[in-house]
Amino acid sequence: MTLPAVEFRDIAMRFGGKVALQGINLTIEAGSFVVLLGPSGGGKTTLLNILGGFLDPTEGRVFIDGRDVTRMPPAKRPTTTVFQDYALFPHMSIAANVAFGLKMRRVAKDQQRIRTERALDMVGLGHTAARRIHELSGGQRQRIALARALVVEPSVLLLDEPLGALDLKLRRQMQEELKLIQKRVGTTFVHVTHDQEEAMAIGDVIVVMNDGFIEDIGSPERVYLQPSSRFTANFMGDNNLIEGSITDAAGERIHVETTFGGFSLTGKADKGAKVALSLRPEHLHPDAAGERAKIGTAKVVESGFFGTHHQCMAKLDGSDNTVKLRLPQKQMIRPGEALTLYADPADMVLLTR
Amino acid sequence: MIHRALPALRAAPVWIYVILIYGFIFLPVGVLVLFSFQGSRVPVPPFNGPSLQWYEAVFTDERMMDALTNSVIVALASSLVSVVLGFLAAYALARHRLPFARVLQGFLTAPLTVSYLIIAMGLLITFNQLGVPKSLLTVGIGHVVINLPLCFAIVYSQMGAHQANIERAARDLGAREWQVLALVTVPMMWPALFAGFFLSVTFSWDEFIIAFMVSRFEVTLPVEIWSMLRTGLNPKTNAVGSFVFLISVATVLLLDFVVFRRKKT
Amino acid sequence: MTDRPPRYLSARVRAWGLLLPAFLWTIAFFFAPLAIMGLYSLWQRVGTRLVSEISLQNYEKFFAKSFLFQSLVNSIEVTVMVTVISVLLAYPLAYILAERVPRRWQRLALILAILPFWTSYVVRSYSWLLVLSEGGILSNFLLDMGITEDPVSFANNRGATVVGFVHFFVMLLTLTIYANLVQLSPSYRKAAADLGAGPLRAFLHVTLPLTLPGIMVGAFLTFVLCIGDYITPQILGGSRELLLPQTIMMQIARRSDFPMASALAMILMAVVSLVYLACARWLKIDRV
Repeated sequence: MTLPAVEFRDIAMRFGGKVALQGINLTIEAGSFVVLLGPSGGGKTTLLNILGGFLDPTEGRVFIDGRDVTRMPPAKRPTTTVFQDYALFPHMSIAANVAFGLKMRRVAKDQQRIRTERALDMVGLGHTAARRIHELSGGQRQRIALARALVVEPSVLLLDEPLGALDLKLRRQMQEELKLIQKRVGTTFVHVTHDQEEAMAIGDVIVVMNDGFIEDIGSPERVYLQPSSRFTANFMGDNNLIEGSITDAAGERIHVETTFGGFSLTGKADKGAKVALSLRPEHLHPDAAGERAKIGTAKVVESGFFGTHHQCMAKLDGSDNTVKLRLPQKQMIRPGEALTLYADPADMVLLTR
Repeated sequence: MIHRALPALRAAPVWIYVILIYGFIFLPVGVLVLFSFQGSRVPVPPFNGPSLQWYEAVFTDERMMDALTNSVIVALASSLVSVVLGFLAAYALARHRLPFARVLQGFLTAPLTVSYLIIAMGLLITFNQLGVPKSLLTVGIGHVVINLPLCFAIVYSQMGAHQANIERAARDLGAREWQVLALVTVPMMWPALFAGFFLSVTFSWDEFIIAFMVSRFEVTLPVEIWSMLRTGLNPKTNAVGSFVFLISVATVLLLDFVVFRRKKT
Repeated sequence: MTDRPPRYLSARVRAWGLLLPAFLWTIAFFFAPLAIMGLYSLWQRVGTRLVSEISLQNYEKFFAKSFLFQSLVNSIEVTVMVTVISVLLAYPLAYILAERVPRRWQRLALILAILPFWTSYVVRSYSWLLVLSEGGILSNFLLDMGITEDPVSFANNRGATVVGFVHFFVMLLTLTIYANLVQLSPSYRKAAADLGAGPLRAFLHVTLPLTLPGIMVGAFLTFVLCIGDYITPQILGGSRELLLPQTIMMQIARRSDFPMASALAMILMAVVSLVYLACARWLKIDRV
């Protein structure tokens, strides 16, 4: 196996007495697209700043391509950044912005020109070279920032919520473009966002961060379908959390008693432990089929049409619990209607954290 | 920590530079204030005070006290006129689409780009030509000429789209135009109006050349101080200078305190 | 009767009404006097009488009489010197205030740095006299140090005028440059460092050009205020060489030659306008 592109070893960061990061250990494979995902204040931007060299960690070490860069200034690091506000230099032309990193590296003039042109073509803005920054739209600025950062061929490209300022449609389009460009150039991308849909759309690996800790690391599918903690389950899209406790455990087979009834599923937990079951809304069904177990009868409280489906809130009879569920596009539903709900225990995720 | 400044600016040379330049900035003022407490008749070393005799001399000097009163009257009156006219013009230009708005704006701020000396001369020649006698009134007129553009610019820059929406809401709820102006716009623009007024007061208070050229018997304080300079170095000048400095600083701090605190809330 | 919607007082009419007082004031007491002065500059004073005949005599006299023209040259020399020295002294101070002083002390440090700005303009020049004149602080200091044996005077020359001006304009420029520095997003410098610029190159290629507007605005204000000032050279400069505002005042006070004074004032305005046109590019720069 090749050397990892980035390795964080026991990173901690404190500002005064405030802990921003604690016990961060993370290895990023070369050529992967990694997304740091979490709520604001979760520590993801701090971690990115440590990787870019803008912050010195209080503890721990950072390696890029196997080299210890913990105390290396940003100018010397093989990383470049696409900043949240792009930080394009307003006093320079587009071409001069893109060529800036090459100039600083004292690349020959004609090489500068060729590589700048190539980088601008890559983001589809070759025709804007002579223009000024304020003549560009938000999406175009974003692409120039990307070209400026990639033209120096960094080992790792850092993206600090680069799509945050764009409107929804443009954001989705730029996500696809980012993904394509990353596949083409093969550079390791480390992308920070608080948008879980964005994270799933572009990431090979998602690192969920909360409160200065890493909550979960894995592929988008793994993190969504098999979240490892209550936080991840809630943060990654809509979710029903069902609290309960283990009443029987034999090897991989356990029985969980919850307010919704008892379920048998595979998982590992000690008898008597307080746990939670995560059940995505799309895994609650109004009909029995296959291995589905009956959850109970419920009354629809609220319902909204989302295009691809109806999203409903339903109150279970005989309890105060409400659940979220999705009904097919064509199934008309009115508040007050009664449903019988089923779910496959295999879709339930046991959460011990 | 997050941004590294030039490391070439190592601590020692930086602080030596800061001390030297602050020293340069404060040297004349320090000397001025120190020798206002001088015991002898010349404000040069050796210092043999402290004594309050020169302050006493200033406060018992009737001409000086008259000039002080004149300065206060001119400053308050001219600033009031400036801020009212400036506000009305800014409101008209910011809220209504008038033809040639940019030209009108340039027109109103034009006096800012011309030396006070030239403004003073123009007024002097005009008043002479029309036979208007030189007085405190003419000085006040001159001070409105220099402070009106200032008030206009300050208020105009603070009239954003946000306030326009609030005014629209007031109109929507049935307020008449004058009610909008009096009950919504003026209270909302209060910090800018206050800033404009007090900056005008400090400018008028300190203005010399216009006051010098278009006044005759009733003079303002800077003109009175100017005529004192003919007596050469004199601790009494130090005393009145220190006193004027104190008043200006108090005004500026008051302005800063009021406007800055309002911005925070 | 034609069918028309009921009429209300038009918003536009009301707007003109609000604008009118300021507009009339500016015309009556600014533009009209300037126009009258422009006209005066084409008249002549003969003996004690004004002759209202249009001619360019005053302007011809200005270029022909060396002491008049020389005062303009003196003014420009002094002003350029003052502007350059003030920028060079103020930039490092503004930079240190914005970058090296902890955030919560910055306001206080800045207020202190410009506090003497609020001394009366007349008094400020006078207080430099206390420092520079014979027997003053500086002379006394040199005596005490044994550097000179007799009291020396540093006042009443061009150097004293420049010192007095620089003192005032360092404060003004510190303010405009500081304001420019703190409104710069820190990510510009971060981006420069990130792309491989060392601290010096990041400063030269990014910070300095981005603070050029602040420098230019301050330098232009310095130029305009300095070249039109009468007080500082009159108090500190002595009588050996005159600056343009002093010659203007001399025409009025000693000779009552209003036409000549008007012509000189027009020339002063022309110089300022030329400088404005030269700087306009930077004064109106887009700050994206």
